[in-house]
This record gives sequence, structure tokens and C-alpha cells, in this order.
Amino acid sequence: MLKLIGEMFTYPFMVRALCMGVLVALCSAVLGVTLVLKRYSMIGDGLSHVGFGALAIATAMNAAPLAVAIPVVIAAAFLLLRLTENSKIKGDAAIALISTGALAAGVMVVSMTTGMNTDVYNYLFGSILSMSREDVALTGVVSAVIMVLFVLFYNRIFAVTFDETFARATGMNAELYNMVIALLTALVIVIGMRMMGSLLISSLVVFPAVTSMRTCITFRSVMICSAVVSAVCLVAGLVISYLYAAPTGASIVLCNIAAFILFAAVRKGRECLQSDRKSL
Amino acid sequence: MSLISCENLAFAYEGVTVLRNLNFAIEQGDYLCILGENGAGKSTLMKGLLGLKKPSAGAVVLGDGLRAREIGYLPQQTPVQKDFPASVQEVVLSGCLSGMGMKLFYGREEKEKAARNLEALEITDLKDRCYRDLSGGQQQRVLLARALCATKKVILLDEPVAGLDPLVTIHMYKLIERINKEMGITVIMVSHDMQAAMQYATHILHLGEDRQLFFGTREDYRGSAAYHSFMGGEKAIHIWNKAARDDKKSPRHSREGGQK
Repeated sequence: MLKLIGEMFTYPFMVRALCMGVLVALCSAVLGVTLVLKRYSMIGDGLSHVGFGALAIATAMNAAPLAVAIPVVIAAAFLLLRLTENSKIKGDAAIALISTGALAAGVMVVSMTTGMNTDVYNYLFGSILSMSREDVALTGVVSAVIMVLFVLFYNRIFAVTFDETFARATGMNAELYNMVIALLTALVIVIGMRMMGSLLISSLVVFPAVTSMRTCITFRSVMICSAVVSAVCLVAGLVISYLYAAPTGASIVLCNIAAFILFAAVRKGRECLQSDRKSL
Repeated sequence: MSLISCENLAFAYEGVTVLRNLNFAIEQGDYLCILGENGAGKSTLMKGLLGLKKPSAGAVVLGDGLRAREIGYLPQQTPVQKDFPASVQEVVLSGCLSGMGMKLFYGREEKEKAARNLEALEITDLKDRCYRDLSGGQQQRVLLARALCATKKVILLDEPVAGLDPLVTIHMYKLIERINKEMGITVIMVSHDMQAAMQYATHILHLGEDRQLFFGTREDYRGSAAYHSFMGGEKAIHIWNKAARDDKKSPRHSREGGQK
């Protein structure tokens, strides 16, 4: 088995997938903590569907996929943020409208042009083969930007996440930080979508955060734990996908589910121990 | 100059005025209680004081070098916070951010300030506990400590005892009283609790419908129509009638009650 794993990394595309995957996993995990706590989990899902629509249209027009998808998804992220904050259509309904709308547009364009070919299938479910050297470079730059911004504004992001009203009342530009969070989310979704597929990418945002919240009790530890869990699950998923020729995105999500169950069990066990101690 | 003064202040939502003709002044060291039924505009006024909502007329004038961002604020708890994984220390420290300017990370100054306020509210031993595992009263004290970190002069409390049981409520009021008396911090409290207001506050602002029913000291308030109407007494009608008779005799100042 070890030999097989060693062999796995002699393929350049696997190394690329690993580098890119770990970077995306780290970024999505730390952003995910904020999104989940702000009750914005579904925004990731909505954005990934918009991303699919954008990719489909880009393919039809023979344009570079990311060059089209990145601005479109960023625009959608700002729109969703506006909609969830102040509008007659409430947040979750607005997200559903936009995500299914974009998905429908994408499907329509696909059926009118290329039909359901491998490219389209890969957009939906992801593929580690689809990543070029340029993609890896772009991912590296974007994740570096996300990480630096996140570390610099860590304390302020905490304040805005924990209590937006208080943050605003004490003079913080909460809207700006929300925008930054939306922008970073859009970027993570777009670069992660190639590997995970647009239907599965939001799991990278939500799972590690929820998993680490089972057991961690400080914001900082949730962040760190979430990043570690995310990276470990990604590597495990990649290995499984290589060993058993399983779809990559799905393998990673299954690893995340396993991690979630493990953490939930640890919490349950701890609670039982505590109540035992109290009853003694 | 007063710490905070409002003249002919009014607020409107989408063109509909919800509060008008507010006239009151808050001095350093006051303990002001803002009373009123639901929908009387208490939270609108609070947003106005915090600079979160622009008045449609008049202005909130801050004196003594006070800025809106330097008002410590104790908001009502949101559902998001109920299961928020954060340590007490992290929450209290986040109150220091407003005074940090462009500084990105907490330094010794902020940590000392947080420690002082934890000590003042008797929650130093909870420092490393998780916020979501605390009782309602403990959570409220943590948020109060955070508000203290954000101010040197004024705190604004939004229904600080909502949902607390009677004993914890009394303890909370005692803490607020100490903050006011010992730390010399001006307290503005939005509340339903008339009894507590009459016990602890130095000044009362009573809002009703869309206007100011009373502003003045606690002692003056006891004799006012607003007080008796709130208590549901018949005496209110009596006082209103007398006021109406007086009105015919001499043009009265539009503001009822004492003015500082």
C-alpha cells in the first residue's frame, strides 16, 4: 500500500492535485468557520452553481473558463450578500433562486452546444485531471492572498462574526468585512470547483467547520482544527480515489463525513463522562 | 456641555416618522433609564445614539470629546451567539478593537484592559471557558465586560436582564450600579422594568407611541402623568386633566418634567 502511495506521487498530475487541493482545503476551512457561524453556509452552495453556469457558458464561447467564472461568481457573491441583508425575498429563498437559475442557464447552454460531454461532467463532479500548471499557479496566488488577509484581519473577522451589531456600534466597517469575506469565498469556490466539482465544493466549506465545532471551545482552536481536518481529509480522499479509482470529490466528502462522525462521537463521549462525574 | 444631548430629534423609516420631538440631555455620571412599551421606538432611539441610524430631523450632539464609537454597547443576544465556539477571553478582547485604530493584533494594553474588566465583573475564573457553555447570567456579564472594554465613559444597555431569573437579575443590576457609581461610567439602559428603573436610575426618559412622554429626574417622574399611566392608575387621568387646565391658563414649555 505504501508503495502504491509512493507511486501515486510520481505522476505530476497527482502532485499538482495534492498541492492545489491542500491549499484550497486550508482556505475553504478557515473561511467556512465564519460562513457557518454567520449562517451563510448555503452561500457557498449557491455560488458553486453559479460557477457551473459560468463555466458552461465560457466553454460554449470558447473562452478561458476561469477568466469568465471568477468575475461572475464574485458578482454573484456580492449580490447574494446584499439580498440576504436587505430585501423582500429572504436569504435562503434568494440563494435558491439564484443557484437553480444559474444551474438551469448552464444546462441550457450545454445542451444547445456541446451536449453532456466529459468536460461538463467534470464541471459537475470534479476531476483531478483537469488541472493545468497555470491553474496551480493561480491557486497558489489566490490562496496566499486569502491566508494573508485572513491572518491580518483575524481579530476583526472574529468580531464581525460573533456580533455584527456590536462591531458596527463600536465603529467597525462591518459591511466592508462582509464584502471581503464574500470575495474570498467566491475565489475559493471557483478555484476549488475544478477538483471537487460544483456540486460538491461547498462540502469543503461546511464540513471541516462543523466537525471542529463539535469538540473545540475557542474560536482560534476551531480555526486551526478546521484547517487540519480539512487538509487531512483531502489527502486521505485523494489517496482513496487513487487506490480504488473512485471519483475524487466524492472520496473527499466521504472522508469528511467520517471525520464528522468521529468528532461527534468524541463530544458525546466527553458529555457522558462529565455527567457521570457529576452524578458520582 | 452635556455628554450627550438631543434637540428636536426625530427618526423615520421609509418616510414614516416613528419618533419625534425628542429633547433630553445626559450628563457624565448619570444613570438614565429609557422606558416604554414595545414599539415605542426605544430601539430606534438606541440605534440613533450609537450612530447606526441617521435622524430625520435634529441631531445627537456628543460633548466632552465623546465619539459614537466610544459608547460601549450591550446588545441583546442573537441566536448566532448561543452556540458560538469562543472563549470568554476572546469575546471580551474583541471589545478593545474599537480603540485600536489601525493596529491589527491585541497588545499588552488590550490584554490588561480585558483582565481589569473581567475582574470588575467577577468573571476572571471563567476566562478560558467556552462562551456557549455559560449560563445566561454569565454570558450577559461577559458581554458587559466586552462593552466596558469599548468605552471609557458611557455604556448603553439593551434590556440587560431579559430572560434572566430573579436572583441573577438582582445581581446584574447591582453590577451595573457599581459600574455607574464606582467606575464613574454613565449608564443608559433600555428597559421594561419600571421597578428597577425607579430603584437604580437617576433619570428617566419615557417614550410612548412616537413621542417623548417624560424626561427628567426619577423624583420628578414619580409625580408625572406618564408614570401613573404606565402603572395603570387612575391618578394619571387626574394629572392630565390638571395639566390641561394649567395649559389654558399659561403657555407651558413643551417639555414635561424637569430639565437639567
